[in-house]
Amino acid sequence: MIEFRAVAAMGGRVRGHALVAKDGFSARYDLNRVNGVFSRPEHKLAGQSYVGRILVLDAAKGGVATAWMLKEMTARGVMPAALALNRVNPIMVQGAALAEFTMISGFDVDITTVVPNGALVEVDAEATPPCLRVLAEV
Amino acid sequence: MLAGKAGPARQWAIDHQIRVGRYLGAADFVPVSQAHIMADTESLGVSGVEWLERLAALPEHERRVRIPTITDPRGTDFAAAARLKHQEWMLALERRVITAFEALGVLMTDTCINYQTIMPAVFGEHMAYGDTGVVIYSNSVLGARSNFEGGPSALAAALTGRTPRYGYHLPERRRASLLLRIDHTPHELHDWGALGGIIGRIAGDYWQVPALVGIDRVPTSDELKHFGAALASYGSVALFHMVGITPEAEHAVDRSLTVKAAITEADVRTFQAAYRAGVDKVDVVVFSAPQLSLMELRELAAMLDGRRATIPMLVVTSPQVKPDADRFGLTARIEAAGGLVLSGMCFYQSYAREMAEANGWQTLATSSAKLVNILGGYGYRPVLLSMRECVDAACSGRIG
Repeated sequence: MIEFRAVAAMGGRVRGHALVAKDGFSARYDLNRVNGVFSRPEHKLAGQSYVGRILVLDAAKGGVATAWMLKEMTARGVMPAALALNRVNPIMVQGAALAEFTMISGFDVDITTVVPNGALVEVDAEATPPCLRVLAEV
Repeated sequence: MLAGKAGPARQWAIDHQIRVGRYLGAADFVPVSQAHIMADTESLGVSGVEWLERLAALPEHERRVRIPTITDPRGTDFAAAARLKHQEWMLALERRVITAFEALGVLMTDTCINYQTIMPAVFGEHMAYGDTGVVIYSNSVLGARSNFEGGPSALAAALTGRTPRYGYHLPERRRASLLLRIDHTPHELHDWGALGGIIGRIAGDYWQVPALVGIDRVPTSDELKHFGAALASYGSVALFHMVGITPEAEHAVDRSLTVKAAITEADVRTFQAAYRAGVDKVDVVVFSAPQLSLMELRELAAMLDGRRATIPMLVVTSPQVKPDADRFGLTARIEAAGGLVLSGMCFYQSYAREMAEANGWQTLATSSAKLVNILGGYGYRPVLLSMRECVDAACSGRIG
């Protein structure tokens, strides 16, 4: 098991398979929230389902809509399990707080380069400091 | 408030703000004098609407906002909903949100250009603004202090009258982190948008503050509007400085910063050409994002005189500008040429995916760089053109 410590997190302790890309995240810009897939053609995860996955991405992008959309996605059950980002913006934090969504950010390495795509990972927002653990590689 | 003595709405609000503030390192709160809420129903969904309605059902003294609070564009223009093929369930959700916000004491301004029309921020004034275009313009051009406040957080600030003091409320966060040399000052609005998009891609995240040197004239409010909206959209950037132009640039740009990149006219043309490549036929032309000013409407009306659109051409403005456009005959001239002038909505906040499916729209031409950045994810093939090229596309149905 490898553990990566982070600066900040909210939510709980969540396990799932990682979906990893060196790209950004915005619920409005990047997702088809009806079908649960990345829909922006230029996104590195275009066409892939995010439902139930732990998204490991670079930075929060886009506008303010994600602050509502995480709650709306949660209510319909078409949502990722958690989000791990190198860098957040306030919108992502506000959205996670409203939706009771698990999110972690601010690693001392580029998290998108050290977590293998598809690996079983655990985001532990309750740990001090919060961390992301790689439990098993693909 | 946290103990619930001011009621559950303010209890939720202060708890939400504490959680957000802790995550982002806020030491305390700062009073804010206005809030601006983005809350279109595509973003809210049914669950978000029901959540707002629960707040709206509280006793009046528990639910009313404490500071002037206004709204971003709504998800439809009720007067034109049938022509847009918005469905009844969308309109019903919109009506429910409006009723809820009015019960909370929110002014339904429905605009993303409040800095041009309602009450612009004063230098140094702390705000809780939603809509990234509003934040970046107010921070950079007017010297206001605001972070991106999504709908829930803007509402929380409206209920408590304060916001966590982090990010761009702090003087030290407002210093330039990235210096760029601009070798070509844009001429047209879509060029300013392209420049914003290029710099947004370079900046890459919310915590970068780009500073520009080389802009050789004072841009207009509309030019800075398109530049800022695109920079915020592509880069999630909330503050920029233009040396010699914006009010904080003189003191916010350290001499030790070195130029990271020079941006030329060729870069702007390459950025625009990438969206245009391989596109011939256009299904719809949209002027929106941000809502058009009176000056943009005047320019568009002049370009359309004596011409006739052969495909749908949507022209979106604010409820504050629309009456003047009507009064000055601009609406009539645009609609005589086949356009549809819409008020109080914004294209991408108005069920863009459902409009595409219902109307058979795929290729969309616009002068808004922000709009082309957003709409790819909604299934459109967006093309960035000048206002005049958009008019030509609307009249011929083709590009070039």
